[in-house]
Amino acid sequence: MLKTLRKIGSIGIVTEPAPVADELLRVRAALDERVCALLGRALCIRHVDAGSCNGCELEIHATNNPLYNLEGLGIRFVASPRHADLLLVTGPVSRHMEIALKRTYDATPDPKLVVAVGECGCTGGIFGESYASRGAVANVIPVDVAIPGCPPSPTRILAGILAAVSRLPAFVRTSAT
Amino acid sequence: MPLRRWWERSSPVPGAPQARGLGVTVEEWLPAAQDVAAAGGRLLALWVSANPHGAAAYAAFMAPAGVLVLRLSVPANLPEGFAYPSLATLFPAAGRMERAAFDLFGVQSSGEDRRPWLRHAAWPPGSFPMRSSSIADEAPAGIDTYEFVRVQGEGVHEVPVGPVHAGTIEPGHFRFSVVGEKVLRLEERLGYVHKGIELRFTELALLEGHRLAARVSGDSAVAFSWAYCQALEGLSGCSVPPRAAWLRALFLELERVANHLGDLGALGNDAGFAFGLAQFSRLKEQLLRVVAEAFGQRYLLDAVVPGGTSVDLTPGHVQALAGRIGQIGCEVQELRRIYDEHAGLRDRFFEAGRLAPDLAARLGVVGLAARASGQALDARVDWPCAPYDEMIPKKIVRQAGDVAARVTVRFDELEESSRLIQRILEHIPAGRHLASVATPPAGACGVGLIEGWRGPVWIWLEAGADGAIRRCHPHDPSWQNWPALEHAILDNIVPDFPLINKSFNLSYSGHDL
Repeated sequence: MLKTLRKIGSIGIVTEPAPVADELLRVRAALDERVCALLGRALCIRHVDAGSCNGCELEIHATNNPLYNLEGLGIRFVASPRHADLLLVTGPVSRHMEIALKRTYDATPDPKLVVAVGECGCTGGIFGESYASRGAVANVIPVDVAIPGCPPSPTRILAGILAAVSRLPAFVRTSAT
Repeated sequence: MPLRRWWERSSPVPGAPQARGLGVTVEEWLPAAQDVAAAGGRLLALWVSANPHGAAAYAAFMAPAGVLVLRLSVPANLPEGFAYPSLATLFPAAGRMERAAFDLFGVQSSGEDRRPWLRHAAWPPGSFPMRSSSIADEAPAGIDTYEFVRVQGEGVHEVPVGPVHAGTIEPGHFRFSVVGEKVLRLEERLGYVHKGIELRFTELALLEGHRLAARVSGDSAVAFSWAYCQALEGLSGCSVPPRAAWLRALFLELERVANHLGDLGALGNDAGFAFGLAQFSRLKEQLLRVVAEAFGQRYLLDAVVPGGTSVDLTPGHVQALAGRIGQIGCEVQELRRIYDEHAGLRDRFFEAGRLAPDLAARLGVVGLAARASGQALDARVDWPCAPYDEMIPKKIVRQAGDVAARVTVRFDELEESSRLIQRILEHIPAGRHLASVATPPAGACGVGLIEGWRGPVWIWLEAGADGAIRRCHPHDPSWQNWPALEHAILDNIVPDFPLINKSFNLSYSGHDL
């Protein structure tokens, strides 16, 4: 126990400032003020892998490491779409995941946001569209923000998530510091 | 007939070192596999290739003397009722590979389990995407039914989990049959992230295939892209500059270290020790950042290219990498002591998800999971390609086969990979890091075998006309290890499944293709 505490003490807080929301990643009109007020500051994210190569998952995990500390912004990952405000979807959407993704989307209460992550989530990427792949996430459910990159860095993912909710007063403050 | 006789009949296959190929008749297919099994060989991969130039079933084995690829020609018109002999009784992992090959090619094995494996509802039964390109893809795929094996008896109930899981992980379905909290049976259903990778390969040029190979399973990008390039360079007679080989080994060991760091943190977290996740994920991030500084990418998805590497190592970055690896190594030692002494972790890790050595051998488990269950298998040591022939890694083997053993193997491999990285950074030869690759003749075949962090990654590559890919079959070690997870969970409790699953950390994408 002493070793653990000593380690915690010696490392200290390593969290870096959050990136600024990248409005350029937004593909749909912004949320209105009313919706933003409803969502509040404690944003809950449900991640759905709809067919990715698992590269994007590695970087989504990284957003939770102490340096990016997504949770420190009041944003956290939840285990059920019913608890979620935002779906973070990696693609391409395989045809075998199409219904699961739609059902996850339907199970997420309104108002909700969808952020597509990675080259494949944005365009279908190298896998494209085929007998087995629907390609971009937007081919299956409406997408608010699309974050390209193979895989996008954690900073890009954060900037994209913040873009989706940047109209929230709390986030404007957080991301400006 | 002992294995030696088959070996003597075989001829070298270009690409991976000590790989040989042999065409067999339908009468010889099973006896040859029996001799491989009797000699202690392991099934490496099983696949089908069918195109206007011919159709064949292939099985690759890791035999003591090297890799043996058996080729069994099958009639192109596939007469009614045709089935090649199943290898599933000899090598249990073959069953799913044969079912997958049928789903894609329509070439049936004699195996008893005829349930679809990779096919859910994206294409109808009776049509085969790798044989006919005319599969309708407009209608949304429905939900199909799958005949899970039912466990019956008083108090038995089923717990279905997935495909969408509760964490940031890939999709798959687990069907638990449970009494109280105890697992009586686990049946996996995979194929949810099947995205047509093998068909996609045939639309790419040989010189672009490495990009798709790297994305078969993103966490093993270096292993897959290297295996692909090894196969391609073998069949086009390209000799890779020594510096490139060393750089590839550097990338591969960095990939191993990054994944082991991530897993060790996640395993601590799954056992309720969030401190572990915070510390290990911090170290992983530090590593990725220095990798990004040195090579321009955090994950080395596009670093291994045909003929060598796309990036070189500059002297300035040698020091940064060496310093970072050294610091991470010291901190891992410190964290390892904390893990070792932590009562809660010991309680959760020891005895959990045990895969006994004899069962691991029977199931044909490979890679990290095999080494934690007493199986001394490591392609880097057994059939080393350059530069591993000049710096043989230490094989890390543990006997217990439980979560604790898989944690220990990761700790030890982390240390060993750090040693290899330091050695590469000190001794990497000077010179070019990229050679040109000639277009191989149509019909040429090559193989790649690279021990990734999870286990042996295999590539079968056939060249088409004008530099096209006729066939590429990538094989992830998860194929062999997923069935073992079904055994490791038995008699454990459902709440321990996430921990046990994580201790294997198998790929869905690499398996579903």
